[in-house]
Amino acid sequence: MPSSAARKTTAIDEAVRDPRFWGRRIQPLTIRLNHWMNVLFIVLMAGSGLEIFAAYPSLGPQGAKYGWYPWQGVAPPSWLTIGGWLAGGRHWHFAIAWLLILNGVVYLAYFFGRGEWRRRLFLPVRDARNALQMFGYYLRVLKTPPPADFYNGLQRFAYSSVVIIITLQVLSGLAIYKPVQLHWLLRLFGGYDVARVVHLFGLVFIAMFVVTHIVLVLLHPRELLAMITGGKRG
Amino acid sequence: MARIITRRKLLTGFAAASLLAGCDTPHPVSLFLKAMLRVNERFEGLIFSPSRLAPESPEKDLTPERAFPSYFIADTMPFPPAGWSLKVGGMVARPGVFTLEQLKAMPRTDMRVRHHCVEGWSAVAAWHGLRLSELARAVGVDPRVRYVEFRSFDANYFSSWDLGSALHPQTLLAYGMNGHDLHPDHGAPIRVYSAIKLGYKNVKYLTEVNFLPNRTGGYWEDQGYDWFGGV
Repeated sequence: MPSSAARKTTAIDEAVRDPRFWGRRIQPLTIRLNHWMNVLFIVLMAGSGLEIFAAYPSLGPQGAKYGWYPWQGVAPPSWLTIGGWLAGGRHWHFAIAWLLILNGVVYLAYFFGRGEWRRRLFLPVRDARNALQMFGYYLRVLKTPPPADFYNGLQRFAYSSVVIIITLQVLSGLAIYKPVQLHWLLRLFGGYDVARVVHLFGLVFIAMFVVTHIVLVLLHPRELLAMITGGKRG
Repeated sequence: MARIITRRKLLTGFAAASLLAGCDTPHPVSLFLKAMLRVNERFEGLIFSPSRLAPESPEKDLTPERAFPSYFIADTMPFPPAGWSLKVGGMVARPGVFTLEQLKAMPRTDMRVRHHCVEGWSAVAAWHGLRLSELARAVGVDPRVRYVEFRSFDANYFSSWDLGSALHPQTLLAYGMNGHDLHPDHGAPIRVYSAIKLGYKNVKYLTEVNFLPNRTGGYWEDQGYDWFGGV
């Protein structure tokens, strides 16, 4: 976290000083509820998804499995799976999916309806440079972090990316759930087996995000507190 | 689909409770999963269109036949009993028995489509047969019929379908695959093959087709797999 002395007025500050945020907590109740429900839902979706994947832990159609994928036939360890067997995994996955979608719709409605996007959404013109500087700081290439107020650019990049990835997970998931009835959607992903690749790699990206997120929140426990109590009012 | 059995380890935890029919003290989680199962079935019925066709796959996507998985639940490969014929019954005006020759004499449909297994794999084959809707027309289905049940000579394997999916133009009683007669491992002499259902709904080694007003279950469905099983 930058010291206040080092802080300069930036576009980020402008966005955060927007009067619409006066009196609103750093993490408003809707976002906190959304966040913690997502923690539960994503764990359940990942575990039940791996249970389903374990039934055919390969990529590509039968007789033409993809040559580039090095782990053909390697099933995820059973301690990572939820549901006990394929049907159980499917029940969990297709049940929680709707709650995840509902949660996402509420989040996006709040995000855009209440102007939260102004302080949260990664806008390349505003945030790209700041994000790269923050990345340089974490790599110890830069000695000081770039100025930040509500979030730094890298946070915005990470949080916005994960929203987009989960959206892609929902869409690719629907496509492989109903590949004929939702064929228009399947076609956008390039067919059944490609959509399945997208869906698995979406999980990999989410897992990478979660690991990074947990490490960084442990380094900045105040952020965790704000996600529980809401933090101070703006 | 062969792995489907080996993965059926005895169910643990919440999932187990949800899958055991007639459980005396249903766990809230199992009630939740059951309720969501109904939500999903409604969703499947809602987005199902009786006229939407699965796209024909290009010939280059054809799966080498030895790579197209097949399975049966009997201990040994089921072979048709001597004098095999297909019994068609239930609420129909003209219940009857059809020989393979009679079925082959009905209008033939060919399609090359992608198969979707519940396990997550896909494969492509060409299928040759008659539309189930042709057979339905031949026997005169009662307007009260809502479901179609398919029975087999592969142990007690069976499955029941919603009428809309059964009468879909890409739901066949298939007697041929990839240009030849159906082989025993893929359900000879005749099987259900549809482009709009998961593999386990497509009953092989067919012996009976029953048009029914009420829904029955199925071999996998009774063990917990979703009944609609559409794709």
